[in-house]
Amino acid sequence: MRGWGFWAASAAALAAGLAFTALADNPYYFNATYVILQALIMAVAWNILGGFTGYVNFGSAAFFAVGAYISIALLKTADVPLPLLILASALVCGLIGLGVGYLTLRLKGVYFAIATLAMGIVLETLVTNWSYVGGAKGTAILTPETHLWFDSYSEMLFMVMLLLALGSVAISRALSSSRIGRGLAAIRDDEVAAECSGVPTLRLKLVSTTVMGAMMGAAGAPYPYFVTYVDPISAFNLFIAVNAIAMPMIGGTAHWAGPVIGALLVGSMQEVITVTISSELNVLLVGIMLVLFITLAPQGIVGLVRKHWKRRKSA
Amino acid sequence: MFSADLFANAVVSGLLLGGFYAAVAIGLAIVFGQLDIVNIAHPAFIIAGAYTAYIFNTTFGFDPILVGVAAMPVFFAVGVVIYRIYYAAFERTGQESLSGLAFFFGLMFIIEVSLILVYGVDYRLVSAGYSAQTLAFGFVDLPGRMLIPFLVAMTLTGAVWLYLSRTFMGRAIQAVAQDRGALQLMGADPVRIKQWAFGIGIATAAVAGALLIIIGPVEPSVGRQYIGRAFAIVVLGGMGSIQGMLIAALALGVVENMVSTFYGPSWAPAVAFGVLLATLAFRPSGLFGR
Repeated sequence: MRGWGFWAASAAALAAGLAFTALADNPYYFNATYVILQALIMAVAWNILGGFTGYVNFGSAAFFAVGAYISIALLKTADVPLPLLILASALVCGLIGLGVGYLTLRLKGVYFAIATLAMGIVLETLVTNWSYVGGAKGTAILTPETHLWFDSYSEMLFMVMLLLALGSVAISRALSSSRIGRGLAAIRDDEVAAECSGVPTLRLKLVSTTVMGAMMGAAGAPYPYFVTYVDPISAFNLFIAVNAIAMPMIGGTAHWAGPVIGALLVGSMQEVITVTISSELNVLLVGIMLVLFITLAPQGIVGLVRKHWKRRKSA
Repeated sequence: MFSADLFANAVVSGLLLGGFYAAVAIGLAIVFGQLDIVNIAHPAFIIAGAYTAYIFNTTFGFDPILVGVAAMPVFFAVGVVIYRIYYAAFERTGQESLSGLAFFFGLMFIIEVSLILVYGVDYRLVSAGYSAQTLAFGFVDLPGRMLIPFLVAMTLTGAVWLYLSRTFMGRAIQAVAQDRGALQLMGADPVRIKQWAFGIGIATAAVAGALLIIIGPVEPSVGRQYIGRAFAIVVLGGMGSIQGMLIAALALGVVENMVSTFYGPSWAPAVAFGVLLATLAFRPSGLFGR
């Protein structure tokens, strides 16, 4: 997609979102789209490290939950406005990403994956033992009375999420076509060769873990306002992590649009199945789709489409 | 207050716990340590083993350990099939780092959610005669629900060690780990050896699962707590060394038990991660690195 096309599409999405808040008033629509947008941000964030660089992060849920709990801790201390909550969560989670990356990324990528997996358990332990934010029994957060010019707070949260989502897609797109993005792709294809050609691999990997962590934290920051009740088990839910991996994998990891396509498709499907059949089945289905796509179509939907185009061109 | 008998009890029960951890980690020591396959679904197979023991124990009253041993061939066959898929989809094309990891993650998720769909999130337990008894030596207690799993785990570890070091196939597995290319030059098929080894790794999960459900009640998501532990043990033990793995498992058991005795059990899961991160950061080849 060329530069002006992307920005026009973003502006159209924003206008559509505004029109949506002005026209619809069933709160279910806003809740459903909020969930899809939240998954989209996390899928885009995961792809910056997992797709561009080839380093798998299993701790998405942990970054997300830390973002949510930073919000809670700040709200317990003072009446902090939402934009500041998002900034603070992004900052802390970016630092956590940097720290975990610094400790493990000098080794094989496998160790980073295992470390993120274990990190989830440990952060959950820490939060469970932290009584200030409610500990194991969780904590309730009241949504504020004011919601700008929107009809309800959930409509405003939806717009906040839409802005965050557009922002993260723009960052991911800018990264993938920049010097950094080409360096990351070089790492994914052959790390030793990249290192030998003078690509500063460790520094680039640290940049991408930091950006990934910050985005996931930002996605988690408004979560307490959205659910109004947060406990460690729901915030550190494995399902969040599975979604963050499955969506880019299904959409296609090599291109910045892959996670967007995957998140919109899988996210909408999940909403439909949850309403019509059951939420457990929906969870199982995502796992099965993930495994099927990895084994049968490793390039995801983007890869399938590209293959199809190539075939049509040559025919 | 520091008391000698509390300390002694913490050490002894830590050793018993560590012995059980050896049974949890031994399959991974083969699969991850020797074959370099990052099977993060291993704890999920252990949970599947625990539920197998639970099903046969509650419906027929069989002893959980016997069920675990009897289920080994089935788990072995499942392991062979999974390795076949893994090889065909990822290893042959050199995609194992990113896609292989996500594949096992998806597998773990499918096992866990399937168990939740069928059995719910309630804690399940088994009944065996020895689990309620306790041996006491002076002020040190040896509860049967920890002692029996410890003994079985030691037998399992010993058997795997003997198999790897004494039999032809066991040495072939170690040869794959050391130099795959050289093995091919000797006319052996590394894929067949690896699928055999992967099958053995998964088969140990059947026994480990039975031990897990003897030690305490189990629900489907318990397995996740063992991912960090199992990998910490394998990495600390020096990737694939069975003796190193055993020592690392016992050490982790003791440290974890100390933490839960003196700081509270809710902190115990963090210990394995601390050990893992510290090992990766300061001594990635493990305590007994090759």
